[in-house]
Parts: sequence; C-alpha cells; structure tokens
Amino acid sequence: MDLHELTIAAAQSKLHSGELSAVELTRAVLARIEAVEPRIDAYISVTGDTALEMAAAADARLARGEGAPLTGIPLGVKDLICTAGIPTTCASRILENFVPPYDATVIQRLKAQDAVLVGKLNMDEFAMGSTTEHSAFKVTRNPWNRDRIPGGSSGGSAAAVAAGMCLGALGSDTGGSIRQPASHCGVVGLKPSYGRVSRYGLVAFASSLDQIGPLTRSVTDCAILFEAIAGYDPSDSTSVNRPVPDSLSALADGVDLRGVRVGLPLEYHRVDGLDPDVAAATSAAAETLTELGAVCVEVSLPHTPYAVAAYYVIAPSEASSNLARYDGVKYGHRDTTKTGLMEMYRGTRSTGFGAEVQRRIILGTYSLSSGYYDAYYGKASQVRTLIRRDFEAAFEQCDVLLAPVAPTPAGRIGESVDDPLAMYLSDIFTLSANLAGIPGISIPCGLSKEGLPIGLQLMAAPFEEARLLTTARAFEQATHHHEARPAV
Amino acid sequence: MQFETIIGLEVHAQLKTRTKIFCGCSTQFGGPPNTHTCPVCLGMPGVLPVLNRQVVEYTLRMALATHCTIARESRFARKNYFYPDLPKGYQISQYELPIAEHGHLDIAVESDSKNESDPDAEPTKRIGITRIHMEEDAGKLIHDDRRPVSRVDLNRTGVPLMEIVSEPDMRSPAEAGAYLRKLRSIIRYLGIGDGNMEEGSFRCDANVSIRPVGSDRFGTRTEIKNLNSFKNVEKAIRYEVARQREILLDGASVIQETRLWDPAAGRTNAMRGKEEAHDYRYFPDPDLVPLVIDEAWIAAARQALPELPDDKRARFIDQHGLPAYDAGVLTASRDLADYYEETVKRCQLPKPASNWIMGSLLGLLNAEGLTIAASPISPHNLADLLTLIDRGTISGKIAKTVFEEMAVSGNSPQEIVAAKGLEQVSDTDAIAAIVDQVWADHPDEVARLKAGNQKLMGFFVGQVMRSTKGKANPKIVNQLLAQKLAQ
Ligand SMILES: [Zn+2]
Repeated sequence: MDLHELTIAAAQSKLHSGELSAVELTRAVLARIEAVEPRIDAYISVTGDTALEMAAAADARLARGEGAPLTGIPLGVKDLICTAGIPTTCASRILENFVPPYDATVIQRLKAQDAVLVGKLNMDEFAMGSTTEHSAFKVTRNPWNRDRIPGGSSGGSAAAVAAGMCLGALGSDTGGSIRQPASHCGVVGLKPSYGRVSRYGLVAFASSLDQIGPLTRSVTDCAILFEAIAGYDPSDSTSVNRPVPDSLSALADGVDLRGVRVGLPLEYHRVDGLDPDVAAATSAAAETLTELGAVCVEVSLPHTPYAVAAYYVIAPSEASSNLARYDGVKYGHRDTTKTGLMEMYRGTRSTGFGAEVQRRIILGTYSLSSGYYDAYYGKASQVRTLIRRDFEAAFEQCDVLLAPVAPTPAGRIGESVDDPLAMYLSDIFTLSANLAGIPGISIPCGLSKEGLPIGLQLMAAPFEEARLLTTARAFEQATHHHEARPAV
Repeated sequence: MQFETIIGLEVHAQLKTRTKIFCGCSTQFGGPPNTHTCPVCLGMPGVLPVLNRQVVEYTLRMALATHCTIARESRFARKNYFYPDLPKGYQISQYELPIAEHGHLDIAVESDSKNESDPDAEPTKRIGITRIHMEEDAGKLIHDDRRPVSRVDLNRTGVPLMEIVSEPDMRSPAEAGAYLRKLRSIIRYLGIGDGNMEEGSFRCDANVSIRPVGSDRFGTRTEIKNLNSFKNVEKAIRYEVARQREILLDGASVIQETRLWDPAAGRTNAMRGKEEAHDYRYFPDPDLVPLVIDEAWIAAARQALPELPDDKRARFIDQHGLPAYDAGVLTASRDLADYYEETVKRCQLPKPASNWIMGSLLGLLNAEGLTIAASPISPHNLADLLTLIDRGTISGKIAKTVFEEMAVSGNSPQEIVAAKGLEQVSDTDAIAAIVDQVWADHPDEVARLKAGNQKLMGFFVGQVMRSTKGKANPKIVNQLLAQKLAQ
C-alpha cells in the first residue's frame, strides 16, 4: 500500500513504532499532491516547506517517545479556518491576500499535537454553496469521476481525503458542508454538535449554524481527529463546557448494536427527487443495522417541509452581517479606482464577492430589514424552534436517526450553477441538523449504478457524538464500503 | 399661546474598566493610533467576542443605584451599518432585551413646584429611566487637512459604554441640567466612570418637543446631538424650544429629525437626510449567549454599593445639623463629601466647616481650576484653622489671611500664626492701655460720641484694631470701649 493511502490510525502505529518517519510520510503526501492536484484541484495553497519543518519537529517528538495521536500526520485544512502566517482566502477575491496573524483554536490544538499541515483546501466562496464551483479560484473535481462535482462547500477537503492528498482534513458544516461532500467523495465526515468545537478562527458564514469537523477515510480516524479538536474554549462564548467522551476506546472495544433504536424519519421518504440508488442504499443500510441487532422504528419530524425555507432566511441573514467587515478599509481587496467612501464600499464588495455570496448578502439584508424582520427572520427563528422540538421528540423514541445525506449522487459540473434553488433544495437532509444543533455523520454506504459514492447519514441528540461514532463504526466493520477507493 | 417643554435625554457614559468590553485590550485614552488593538477589536475574520464581566458588574451597580428592574436574562444584538470607524460593520449593543429597565432618580427643582403630598419635603422631582444597556464604542476618524484622506484609529473601538435613556419627564433646560448632574454624580459615586463631557466620557443627546399647556399629547420631537458640555445642553435645548415655538406660532409643523448643535453659532442645524436614513437591521448577536444574572449576583452588587448622594445628603442634614442647601452642595461629589467629613471629624465644628468649605475653599479651587482632590489645603489643616478660630486664638479676619497663606505654602495654620505673630491679643490690660491712648488722642470724637453719635463707636474700634495690627480680640475691645463710655 502506498503511504498516502494509509489511514490515520495505521500511520499512527507506524510512526510510533519507528517503522515510518513523519518526514517520509509528509514527502509521500506532498508527492501525491504534486501528481494528482492538476487533475483534482483540491488545494488553494500547498505549504510544502512548512509541512516538512513541522514533520521534522514531529519526528523529534516521536523520538522522545512523546508522540500524541496526530503527531506527524499530514492533514489539510479548509481555507476558511485561520492559519497564522498562511494565507486564508475563504476562496474569495476579497481575502485573496489575507494572511491572519493568529491560528484558529482548532489549529492551535492540532499544532499542540505536532500534526503536519500540508495546505489549505478549496471550497465554495465563504462556504456558500454545495458544489465547490463557487470558488473564486478553481473548480475541484470529484476523484471518482472528474466530470462530477465533489460536493460542497468543503469539496476540496473531501476530494483531497478521497484522493490521498492528505490523511485527513478539517471542513466546516453550516447546512451540510462536511457531510454532503463526504457522501459525494466516499469518505467519512462528521458535523459535531453546535458548541462542541470552538469556532474561534473559523471565518463566520452563519454563526449560529457553523461547526468545524473532520473528514477522514475511516470512522476511527474521524474519532481521532474529532477528539483532537473538540472541547470547551473560553475564546468562543458559544462553545459548551462539557467533557468530550472517549469514543476511541469505545471503538477499540468492539461495538455491540443490540438494542440500539434506529429512527427512520417518515417525512424523508416523501422528498421529491430522491434517487432510486440512494433510496436503495439507505434501505440496505437500515437492514444491515437490523442484522447487527439494532431495532428500526419509524419516527416523525413534522416540520421538515419548512426547514429549507427557514435555513435560507437565517443563514443569509447572519451572513449579511458577518460579511459586512469586508469593506476594503482594513485588509483584503479594495477597489482603488473609486474615491468616495460609498463608491469605494460598493466597488470593493461588487468586485470582491462572487455572485452566490452577493445573492445571499442581498437575501439576508432583505430578511432583516425593518418591516420584513418579523415575517422573515422572526418567523424563521420560530420554525427553527419547532424543528429542534421535532428532534427532541424523535430522540425520545430512538437513539440515532438514519437518513440519506443528499437526494442524489454527485451531479455534473455546471449542472446547478444557474439554478440556485435546486442547489438549495438538495440540502434538505442535512440542514435540519444545523438548525437543531445536533451532530450528524456521513459514512460510505455503497456506490450508485454509475459508480459514484453514496453516503449514509446518522444523527444523534446533542453531544451524543460517541453514539454516532460507535454506530457508524459497527456499520463500517460489517460492510467495508469505506475501503472502496477511486482510481485517480 | 403658552407652551410646555418636554425633554428626554439619552446619555452614553464610558465605563472605567481596565480592558475593553469584548477583548483584553487596554481602554487607556491617548496612545499612538491603533496600538490598543487586537484581532478581535480590529474585526478580523473569524474572531469572536467574549463579554467582560466587569462591564456587567458596573452596569448592574448603575441599574441598582437608579432603582431599575434587572433582567434575569438579557441579550446582545447587532446594529448593522457601514462606516470606517466600525471595523465589523456592526456595533454590538443591546436592543430588545436590555439589562435594566423602569428605574428613576430624583432631582432638586425650584421651590415653586412643591411635592403636593408632602409640602414640607425638599422640592424634588422624580425622572423616570426607561432603560440602561451596554454597548461597545466605535473608533475615531482623523481627517487630513491638506489632502482628501481620512485615517482610522481603532484604539477606542470596543471601549465599554453604558447607555441610559430617560423618560420624557423633564420640563425645562434647568431640569435637564439637574438630571445630567445627578446622573454624573451617581456614576462618580459608584466609581464606574469619569463623567467628563468635554473629554467625551459622558455624552448626551436630547429629545425635545413642545406642546400647548394643558395638552396631553406630545408634540413632534427633534433629537439634538453634539452636546459637549453641560452649558451647551441647556443652551441647545433653549434654542431648540424657541425654534419650535416660532414654527408652531407660524402655523407650521415641526419635522421629526436629528439636529446638530453648533456651539459657535449657538444654533441647531438639521442633519442631512442621507446620514440619518439608517435601517440598522438589529438582530440577536449569535456569537454571544444570553446574559443571565441570578439573584446572588444582584445581591452581591447591591451589597457593594457605596452610600449614594441622596442618602448622604439626608445623613448630613441629620447627623451634622446642616441646612438642606449646604448638604446638597457638599454631597454633590463623593470627594467633596469625604473632604467635609474628614474636616469635621478632626474639629467637630460642622457648620463652620461647611461655611469655610463652601465659601473660601471652593472659591479658591474654582479660581485655581483645581479639583477637591488636588486641594492645596488638607482637611487636617482646615480643621486646625477652624479650631484656632473657635478657641479665640485668632480672629475670623486674621483667619482669612492665614487661609490664603495656607493655600500658597501648604503649611499648617499653627506654623503660620506662630511665624507671623498673628495670635489674637486677649490681654485686657494691654488692650485697655491702647483704648486709653486712643480715647486721649481723639477728644472731639469722644465728645460727639458722648453726645449720642453711636456711629462713632465703629471709628474707635477701628482705631484700636489699627494700633494692634488687627490682633486685638474684638470682643474685649468692644467691652472696654463700652465701659469707657459709661464712665
Ligand atoms: Zn482588542
């Protein structure tokens, strides 16, 4: 097996035993990036020199016998997570030359373990989109089929993990932006509970929905990366001060699913345009879990039909305010052809932001405007409360919810660019978890007839990530779907 | 037609915390531009605010001191607008759910507006406080005089402010002034702010309208901004009332608008519509969780409150037997009240202490432009001066000279009296000899005095005092002269 195809867990044991050095592993990953990047376009920046320095430091630490779980592991990071001294562009012209003077809390945590950062990954601009076509710099290709989108907005992260261009990656999920690309690229992606992972240094899209999470090639790897970044952070007032469960040892002990209640939401079967392959894979997954001893129960999430509408009011509203700081005054792009203040603002933001970002800023500004606030933002907030209650009621009847991630496998590049509404509607299975603040995971559950990966989504009650990871691990061990790799 | 004036005030007071409201940067004034900044107050991508607990503590004290209802749960909201001094493109403030509401404070008013239920009470008036909330300050633009360039200084960005909104309860510019002074006095007593209008740590906007006397409906109001001193607040309101009156008497209507006070021209001018037409798109800030204040916190804050001006004033009347006026002047600031109490503690002469502090001392400080804290005369020395007068060691007249000397040298009155030989002469024999001499030197005046011209008594006292360089005890001089006349 090539070194770049190692799981984090496998690489970890080789690094700790001395069988493999971090520099060797990092060189292999950098070589892989060089080889396939022209065909995949997953990275916005590759930080080869820094990566090798970090790898050398990791080797020194390993030599002292002080290695942590991620010491020497080459990782990629979505380009809206701030990295000190390394450009953080959010895939936007407006931050093209922005170099943060600080690390996000998650980066500090990875550095504390001497993990190796190999580069910053492509995405939809400011995480707004589900295809990674809305990047100002490049269109990332799906490693399984280069004519297909990798999903989004963490498309670069998912494609890089699938194509062996890093051993694991960080993404962010506001309405499905980790789970949906993980599904399209055949990797594991976890959106943690709201408040579980610090948002400090994550460039905000919609502050009440955003969470950072891992994308990996196995559930065990996902647990390793999750535990490294999770936990209370005083710099983020919305992070929650409660202990992170040790799901890794639970995984190691072998998982028993007997008696676990798996909820099947009735409303999700009624979604228009559900691809037959996706429907079949989802049913097969429910059967597999039943065979493993779980009990399937039907549950109802009655406010599901209102979720997309509520989300596309709340998220753009928060975005319209969060993105106000990109005004050309302090940092980033400025339209220098204009002299007056208002003209400079208008010029900077019109030329700095792409069409999808501008569309959402306008949507959000409208929703918050006086005279419309109650009908839009106010109403959407009420719907959000109802959706949260739907999940609370469902989790009284079941331990995990089972659902598709996306209605279809990865679409063709260019297909949805001119139809934003179709793109928004495809978020139906994922965005409710963000509205409700609950954790969700996407794991590979087979391939479509066209050979494209299909993801299975599991969701659990707030802060029950351990439950998700153990259930997902049992499924993975029973099916081995995650072992399928694309030929790049 | 007779009109009634209606005034409501919005005050922004800077809170004297060491660090800013949402980051650890210093709040210190001055400093080279953009040196008291960090990624958080610079509004860089991805950073998050963390509320400074001291800001809540200070605001809570103010809310309790003004009898507000404290919200058990309040929220921060974003006020969205674009301006280069606002790095995030929004200001974090409180909107729908402020920390405190429904408070009040009492101001002293002219005696013709007596409290009807208690005619003996001091004439005071209760002014309602609608709400108090916390927010962050914006930065500062520095405009280049020579080129069309503006520079941005973000040192002030994120400095904590407390906004206090009054009910439209004031009926004259004087009441508005009294309200502001009272508010400032409470802030200073609590030690939570400087209350300095000229330096901008205490800012005020006034909402002004007028209506025909007897009407129960408010007229259209205007909001006046740029009021940078107590004097200007009253002046601007007077101007605005006159302006509105003229409009109404002409049969026209007042336009609801924001007007800027121009202190040089002594008038208010309408702000251009464009600057005014803001839709701030307030919504709850998702980066900050609701602020929860429990009973224990409120109780602890209440416990930590110092004696406030109204209580202190009542105690001064009661304990020191002072007239209400004296008590009011002496408790206007905590420093002055402390100075007074220290003086009285040493000399046990409450009324003379009040007279000397309100008269000579405040006169001196005013003339020198000094605060009471910087007084060249210590309470200790002033008390000793009063004791010297009380014991008859020096006369009141000589005491003025000693006081002036104390102000210059900072020496104790005892030292000055000893060094200059200013001690009062109370030796009856010595004074009697001088009286005899004066009597002998002015036979004509003696004759006229004896004929019944009592006015000449003053002349003889003056002559004796002149011969003793003012040191003779005036009581003894008077006594001896009376005896002489009776002989
Ligand atoms: Zn700061």
